[in-house]
Amino acid sequence: MSVELDVFVGNTTIMDKEVYQLWLNGYTVNDAVKVRIEGGVMEECEASADVLLSDTMDQYRTFQMCERLLHHPAKLANQLLFQIPPDRQAMLIERYYAFDDLFVREVLGKKLSKGTKKDLDDVSAKTGVSLKSCRRQFDNFKRVFKVVEELKGPLVENIRQHFLLPDQLARDYAAIVFFANNRFETGKKKLLYLTFQDFAFCAGQLINHWTLGAVDSMMEDMDVDLDKEFLQDLKDLKILITDKDLLDQHKSLVCTALRGKTSVFNEMEANFKNLSRGLVNIAAKLINAKDVRDFFIDLVEKFIEPCRSDKWTSIDMNLFLTHYTNSAHILDTFKHHAVWTRYMGVIKSCILRMYHD
Amino acid sequence: MPGKLKAKIVAGRHLPVMDRASDLTDAFVEVKFGNTTYKTDVYPKSLNPQWNSEWFKFEVDDEDLQDEPLQITVLDHDTYSANDAIGKVYIDIDPLLCSEAATVISGWLPIYDTIHGIRGEINVLVKVDLFNDLNRFRQSSCGVKFFCTTSIPRCYRAIMVHGFVEELVVNEDPEYQWIDRIRTPRASNEARQRLIFLMSGELQRKIGLKVLEMGGNAVVGYLQCFDLEGESGLVVRAIGTACTLEKISTLPSTATHQSNSSPSKDMKEPVFGEEVPGIPLSSGPPTPLRAQTFSSFSPSKSYSRQSSSSDTELSLTPKTGMGSGGSAGKEAGPLKALLRQQTQSALEQREYPFFTLTSFPSGFLLHVGGVVSARSVKLLDRIHNPALGNTRSYKLLDWNSFTADEPETRDAWWEEIRQEIKSHAKALGCHAVVGYSESTSICEEVCILSASGTAAILSSRFMQDGPLDTEHRLSRQPLVFSTGSERVEGDMGSSASLGFEEVVPPGCGFCHIPYDELNIPFPAQLTYCYSCRRSKVPDVLFTTIDLPADANITGKGCLIQARLCRTKKKAQGEGNATAISNLLPFLEYELHTQLMNKLKLRGMNALFGLRIQISVGETMLLGLASATGVYLTALPGPGGIQIAGKTPSDITYEQHISNMQKKINDTIAKNKDLYEINPPEVVEEIIGSPIPEPRQRSRLFRSQSESSDEVSELDLSHGKKDAFVLEIDDTDAVEDIHALLTDSPTPQGFYSCNTEIMPGIQNWTSAIQMFTSVRVFRLNNANLTNQGLNKIFSDLCENLLKSLYFKLRSMVPCCLCHLNFTVAIPEDELIQVAVTAVAMSFDKEQILENGKQSGEKTLTKAITENDEQLQFNLELNPESSHANPLSSPKGLSEVGSHPSARAPSVDYSSFADRCSSWIEQLRLKAHTIRRGSVKTTSSMEKASPLPEGRSRSLRSNRSYSGTSVAVVKMTPLSFIPGAKIIKYLGIINMFFIRETTSLREEGGVSGFLHSFIAEVFAMVRAHVAALGGNAVVSYSMKECVFMENPNKNQAQCLINVSGDAVIFVRESELEAASVQPQSTTHTSNGGEGT
Repeated sequence: MSVELDVFVGNTTIMDKEVYQLWLNGYTVNDAVKVRIEGGVMEECEASADVLLSDTMDQYRTFQMCERLLHHPAKLANQLLFQIPPDRQAMLIERYYAFDDLFVREVLGKKLSKGTKKDLDDVSAKTGVSLKSCRRQFDNFKRVFKVVEELKGPLVENIRQHFLLPDQLARDYAAIVFFANNRFETGKKKLLYLTFQDFAFCAGQLINHWTLGAVDSMMEDMDVDLDKEFLQDLKDLKILITDKDLLDQHKSLVCTALRGKTSVFNEMEANFKNLSRGLVNIAAKLINAKDVRDFFIDLVEKFIEPCRSDKWTSIDMNLFLTHYTNSAHILDTFKHHAVWTRYMGVIKSCILRMYHD
Repeated sequence: MPGKLKAKIVAGRHLPVMDRASDLTDAFVEVKFGNTTYKTDVYPKSLNPQWNSEWFKFEVDDEDLQDEPLQITVLDHDTYSANDAIGKVYIDIDPLLCSEAATVISGWLPIYDTIHGIRGEINVLVKVDLFNDLNRFRQSSCGVKFFCTTSIPRCYRAIMVHGFVEELVVNEDPEYQWIDRIRTPRASNEARQRLIFLMSGELQRKIGLKVLEMGGNAVVGYLQCFDLEGESGLVVRAIGTACTLEKISTLPSTATHQSNSSPSKDMKEPVFGEEVPGIPLSSGPPTPLRAQTFSSFSPSKSYSRQSSSSDTELSLTPKTGMGSGGSAGKEAGPLKALLRQQTQSALEQREYPFFTLTSFPSGFLLHVGGVVSARSVKLLDRIHNPALGNTRSYKLLDWNSFTADEPETRDAWWEEIRQEIKSHAKALGCHAVVGYSESTSICEEVCILSASGTAAILSSRFMQDGPLDTEHRLSRQPLVFSTGSERVEGDMGSSASLGFEEVVPPGCGFCHIPYDELNIPFPAQLTYCYSCRRSKVPDVLFTTIDLPADANITGKGCLIQARLCRTKKKAQGEGNATAISNLLPFLEYELHTQLMNKLKLRGMNALFGLRIQISVGETMLLGLASATGVYLTALPGPGGIQIAGKTPSDITYEQHISNMQKKINDTIAKNKDLYEINPPEVVEEIIGSPIPEPRQRSRLFRSQSESSDEVSELDLSHGKKDAFVLEIDDTDAVEDIHALLTDSPTPQGFYSCNTEIMPGIQNWTSAIQMFTSVRVFRLNNANLTNQGLNKIFSDLCENLLKSLYFKLRSMVPCCLCHLNFTVAIPEDELIQVAVTAVAMSFDKEQILENGKQSGEKTLTKAITENDEQLQFNLELNPESSHANPLSSPKGLSEVGSHPSARAPSVDYSSFADRCSSWIEQLRLKAHTIRRGSVKTTSSMEKASPLPEGRSRSLRSNRSYSGTSVAVVKMTPLSFIPGAKIIKYLGIINMFFIRETTSLREEGGVSGFLHSFIAEVFAMVRAHVAALGGNAVVSYSMKECVFMENPNKNQAQCLINVSGDAVIFVRESELEAASVQPQSTTHTSNGGEGT
């Protein structure tokens, strides 16, 4: 004796947020039922395990049918099959495109290719995120990437419009797409302490200031690539370290400004040239795609780690970077103010964001 | 004459990829109507083609317009091979043919393929230019409005209710044609879909013609059904109630005026006055008419059935009188009196006084007698068609080789059943049957036809002519015999002559017995009405209608279900049919017992919306009775349930019994609490039935006694009132008790009912959720006992309900309304249960701010449209159609004579073995009664008008939340809470087939059906939206036939849905306007006192 067929269809599609989350998280129906039982929904509603199983199956089926539409969220609004209130639609989309920071950290900057997808079981094992969920998230990244890759105009806005995502989520996706496109290295051991949100913040900075779109949002080209011209110009900053006078001058200006204001003054003074060289070298090399990939690792190795070993606080860091940036403008022979500002603005906020344990 | 149909194909979207190479589609569209086909250009390489075609014009007869759907086919152009079909859209253009409905169809409609489901959408524009047709002999009936709604539609007022219309058409089922062996499943499915479209169109047109003939302009309570009889064909049949409706445009001050004046007029007018309008019907013509009717069905058959039922029931004078009507008239009937009665019945046969409505304009329904039902088991040998002449282009089956000697037709089958229903109604002293419906259950070649309704007495006000007229005239005759003999009879006579325009108290009048208490057709316990104390009421009342809006009830109602499963042996042909007909009475009897027990267990005394479904399978019969129980204030409180053991042997046994008794008593107490049933204490005034001669009563008893009856008879004497005793020695009874106690209560915050709205709840919010749920259960072990099966079946239903409650928990507090269960046995060992219902939230605080609201007066009419209901243009036509049934002893003797007269004509192959009616069951059980009363007294009740402004307070209580435009609401109810229906756009009647050969890939049977039902909903919504509507009311899924073959990875499903497309607006600015007329009409209503 068994229930052979069991369906429930509402004119307004009924979707339980909790079950949806379980489905997204890759729970099997049976596991989901267990979780729900533990959650106490049974006592609440005088239901039995059978009822719960039936409901869960039903919802899972609904979600599976909806999934096709969720791949093109714009369709969800004008499809006829399911009558879903707009707020529900938004919830479905938002949760479908939500991702685990742990997971995204693993694939951030990797090529969104079949090869990467094959390795997802490792990622799943490592992060504890179920494989099913990993695949969904990965596919989401890839789908968004494919769509916006071809589009003109501001990246975040494109994502928001095509995938109807809320602002924050759209920004995160922009970061993911940006990282994937530029293949930034994020997986090195030294970078592991950085969270996705750190990178997302940095990506936002880069997108807003270093891409072509940052200069002119109406530009033909898009937000995904860094502004080549700007990268070219960055080479000119090298003068700050190659010209010894300029370097000394810069150092003394910074030291003057910081004297007595920071507890790590001595370390700073001793290390100034190394730090400055580090930052300027990163700038100068960015024209090479390979070095773009190493941007974050370079920042950490060349700047963050030395400071950390000298026990700088973030306040120290902030002070230093502020004066370091500003002082350059006072240098007589330094002409590249615009490029410097554009460069250091991003560097400063990135470093400040990245400077933690 | 002709009309011009115009269609324009605008665009497509979300088309499937048809060309793998390019991932695109080269789509074009064929537009077909009748035999004319147009094509659009090919729109190359796009999934979102913009055809923007010219207007395709079809010049056609309006007859075709009514019958044919517009057929739109989307194809993928292929240069080298045949074009691939993407899918189709059938558009029913009927709504465009009526000036008051939709004017244009415009919107995105899903493109449907029977194999792939929905494949994108197409945007079309369809219009119709109709030229006026003055031809009297036309075959079309354009302009007749159809409503599925079983009450007078919200924005109309009934000028006249003409009565019952029915029609059926038959055809060969394409699925069973020889050609099906060589064509693709898709072609076969499409042939079927198209055929059914055609047949429903034709059916509707024919019914429309009948309506026009009767002088009506609309069909209300239109119920269309399909019988898939397999090899023997396909029957599409429909019933409805013809009406003359008038759209309510402005505040109808005239109505108020008229209603005020009518009572006096009605009272004054002499009874016989009504003969004037009735002339053409009542005098000359009836005889020829009758002859016609009769020619189409075999009299002998009715006999065989009668004889089978008559051994259990003896005393139903009218029934026998009726049933034998035509045939006896022809064959025998030496007695003059008999002859006369036959003539009468023949006259009445001219038409059926049936009404498919379940709720009525105020004052229309006077008394309710009780449920009448009839069933008949038939063998589906062949379809022989209809005397009604089928002139359509598709060909009928020709089976004459077989049937030459037996003009059996589906029409005759139904005719027979309807006759029986009519006679049952008459037995209850009623001249009409309301809440009438018909259904079938088919298994292989056996078909059970069922009909049921509620015997009632209606006010003649909305019926100027027709059967009631005749009947009234005739029914007066018996009065002549009886007057003077007894006082009560005399009373009746006078009440009849006054007409029933005499005032019936609104809150309880319908409960008063319509039959003569001295000649109750079954033993009953009568008491004086607990509300008005003037008329007699039964102790229990069963009906198939909705609770009248003005009925006085105590507490809340609840869904009550009786479920039963009976095994039967596998058999073929006649043997099978006989076995089934033998089982049916027991099935009904037990269902009835269960209903009674459960009703009492809930401390209630009346059932509304009773629907009994009997489903037949190869090895079992399923019975499911659903109804909404309430406590009618006018009726006496139900007695408790007592358990008795036949063999009070040992102590443990006694203990056991007393434990059970305690449990039951506890449950009753709990239920009373739960449903807030605390009737005002009334001085116990046991009137009992004042039937003077106990002799007669006991005679009735014995005549059909079965062992169990003795028991009930006993209790009657020993318990107080109608204490109900269950014998637990009896295994059945043990089971009953189990069933009683295992029904789990609805969870906190939930109520459920199968009527339109929940008695006792009014303040609905606008949150509604319509749903369909289907379950199929497989019985794996073949050797199950009846008890085992019962339990499984009962659990299946209970679990389904529990699941529904769980699903809808977010809507609490809420009520599941119109819970409509359908059971089927799709194949051996499978039980299918489908439920469609609507969940509606309500505000917890039941605010009855209006001081005039009398204590227990609960208004069930939650909705707005009260006003329209009351604004009837009253027909001042004071005929009284009191049927005074049978009564006299003479009647009884006639009964006696009948069975013998019939016996010889018993006939065979039709297996007309008719399961006996409810009445019969009722008589088996001593304690089940229902009725109304003929004896209504004067106009005193005027003094208890409806509280004015109650609706106003209801309205203000309601909260309205905004809706978004694109949403299409669906509900099985006739209204939308918190909103006002401003326009009916036409009937939605759609039939879909879905088939798959990749069942596993589509998620198994559940996945397959889930998406199909979702698709059906989507298509209904899209068509409603294209008509310009934003809701479907009176939605129902009438058919859901599911077949699977998991081994072959295949499944097929057929779904038929219907409803009324409407435009509603949220009540808000309407509010101010509507309050005004409401109070006036209320006043008038009070004055009228109906």
